[in-house]
Amino acid sequence: MNDTLIADAADAQVRRTATVESAREASAIQMQGLHKRFGRDTVALDGVDLTIQAGEFFTLLGPSGCGKTTLLRILAGLEEADDGRLAIGGRDVTEVPPHRRSVNTVFQSYALFPHLSVRENLAFGLKMRGMPPEEREARVAKIAEFIQLGDLVDRRVDQLSGGQRQRIALARALVCEPDVLLLDEPLSALDAGLRSQLQVELLRVQKRLGMTFVFVTHDQQEAMVMSDRIAVLNGGVIQQVGAPREVYEHPANAFVARFMGHDNLYPVSARSGNRLTTPLGELIAEAPGEGGLLLIRPETLDLLPGEVVGDNHLPATVAERLYRGSHAEYRLEIGETTLQATLNNRGRRLPEVGDRVTVTVAPEDLATLSE
Amino acid sequence: MSYSGVVPSARSRAMVRESRHLLFTVAPGATWIVIFLVLPSAYLMGVAFMTNGPYGLPEMPLSLESFRRLAGFGFLGWSPGNLYTLLRSLWQTLVSTGLVVLVAYPIAYYITTCREKWRPIMLLLVVVPSWTNQVIRTFGWMNLLAPGTPLSELAEALGLISANMGLYPSNFAVTLGLVYNFLPFMVLPLYAAFEKLDTAQVEAAQDLYASPVRAFWHAVFPQTLPGLLAGIVLVAIPAFGMYVIPELLGGGKGMMLGNLVANQFAGASNWPLGAAGAILMLIATFVGLFAMRRIGKRLGGGEEVVI
Repeated sequence: MNDTLIADAADAQVRRTATVESAREASAIQMQGLHKRFGRDTVALDGVDLTIQAGEFFTLLGPSGCGKTTLLRILAGLEEADDGRLAIGGRDVTEVPPHRRSVNTVFQSYALFPHLSVRENLAFGLKMRGMPPEEREARVAKIAEFIQLGDLVDRRVDQLSGGQRQRIALARALVCEPDVLLLDEPLSALDAGLRSQLQVELLRVQKRLGMTFVFVTHDQQEAMVMSDRIAVLNGGVIQQVGAPREVYEHPANAFVARFMGHDNLYPVSARSGNRLTTPLGELIAEAPGEGGLLLIRPETLDLLPGEVVGDNHLPATVAERLYRGSHAEYRLEIGETTLQATLNNRGRRLPEVGDRVTVTVAPEDLATLSE
Repeated sequence: MSYSGVVPSARSRAMVRESRHLLFTVAPGATWIVIFLVLPSAYLMGVAFMTNGPYGLPEMPLSLESFRRLAGFGFLGWSPGNLYTLLRSLWQTLVSTGLVVLVAYPIAYYITTCREKWRPIMLLLVVVPSWTNQVIRTFGWMNLLAPGTPLSELAEALGLISANMGLYPSNFAVTLGLVYNFLPFMVLPLYAAFEKLDTAQVEAAQDLYASPVRAFWHAVFPQTLPGLLAGIVLVAIPAFGMYVIPELLGGGKGMMLGNLVANQFAGASNWPLGAAGAILMLIATFVGLFAMRRIGKRLGGGEEVVI
């Protein structure tokens, strides 16, 4: 195999359609009953079953200590599972050491070799695989062009900024053309502007190469922007797997809902058919489900001036308003209970603090979930 | 300082303040170094170029006689004795430093893998022996290695030495004494290097297809190199000039350059020859340091390894 994945985009496109089935074979990941424990009582993974499709941008999302990094390290082979099986491209790699896996990692700290030049860093994996120098140089030159490294390749590692190091670390892993690329919070050390710029770049690279990316982050915004699918982890257990919209709009449980940034969760104290009794009052949901918690997403709410009576119309007082330009975030009081609402700024009058308003919500936007 | 009518600017006032500051902070140390290092060294160099008097003290006229004698030219023509001593010193330094590295490297690594609360105790165990006087420790080895001791009898039984010779006195005993004596000076800098080892680099190497051995060579070893070079300097320089250990453990067989120099100032009484020997040691040390710097720079990828 002389030509590389990192050919020009058109070529890659042709190749992708031609080899899509074999690629699927090569880089899908199956995890079965993975358990991992550190010491006597730290459970990192408590039975993880997960299938990641070939060519997918898959994100492991969760708070620190949820097991997402441990799972990634097991994929890389840097950590061994206590129990369970792992297959990459249909091949069981549970006990295969890291240097024999066609998997490369972009580390959180980048882990560039400071005693080597950028060029030597990029060529490291190829050299370890025994590729002859001329071929190595050609591959490095190609990846440098692909990631647009420019004259960075001639610098020393200690002359690079954080963002530059990040891109070198990405290039160093990509140049090996692994079946799967693992990314361990690769953007967490960068400032906001650079971060969103690199998010776009990373996404573009993934789409062009059609490579399977497994991405670890604790930032739900980042996860939603980047991913084809997200797995939300907590306490070493997968809470939900789904597309970003699914996870955000239909969280499987209260943990996922809170982690995705939802605050409007209310216990349902009684129900008759579609009518739910909550601390906010009585609300009608189209398909309420069986759960004991009602989730109201702030952006599904509308505020009407004054008092309007009707189903799903709740009288409220504006307690706080955060004006954010494109939209405004409200904290409303309904009796003793507070409710968050987000209002698009579409030229209408935005209610002020102290205003009496009526909150309305469509029945199809309401659903319950379990604790 | 007088300004002779010129109004001092803020800048020159700052400079005056700074130089006064320098005077107070640097002067005591500088004075000390001049009196106790620079002047004696200069004197020593002068002595090396003088003639040996009847009582072993330096006299006029200036000559290169002592360097000639150091090179082995005596009344009876050339003899290789001093050359052997120099070569033996270099060899002993090389072998014992190499052995110290081999012993200290795993020890330093092992200590960093211990629980944090045990590490200071482990380090203490390494260092404590060096708090005892070197002469006493060396006498201890004499007692352990002398003919008739269990260690000597074991070596005899294994056919390593001939009957009733004992392990001491010998070049082997000198090497052993040097390794034992300098071990802490290698363990400590290596431990410091291992303690701040970036394990992510090791994992990155493994992730990039390096086998365990290659991961060590490409990701662990370069990170410990500054500690290793510092340790080599701390061990090799004093080992090269070592006097007590070859004197006590080597018998007549293990003389090193340090003994040669010491003998000229004490027993044999030839100060100019001793001074010439000291200068030779100094030159050899500087050559060694220079070589280390070059090696450090090459292996460190152009990065400055401070010695």
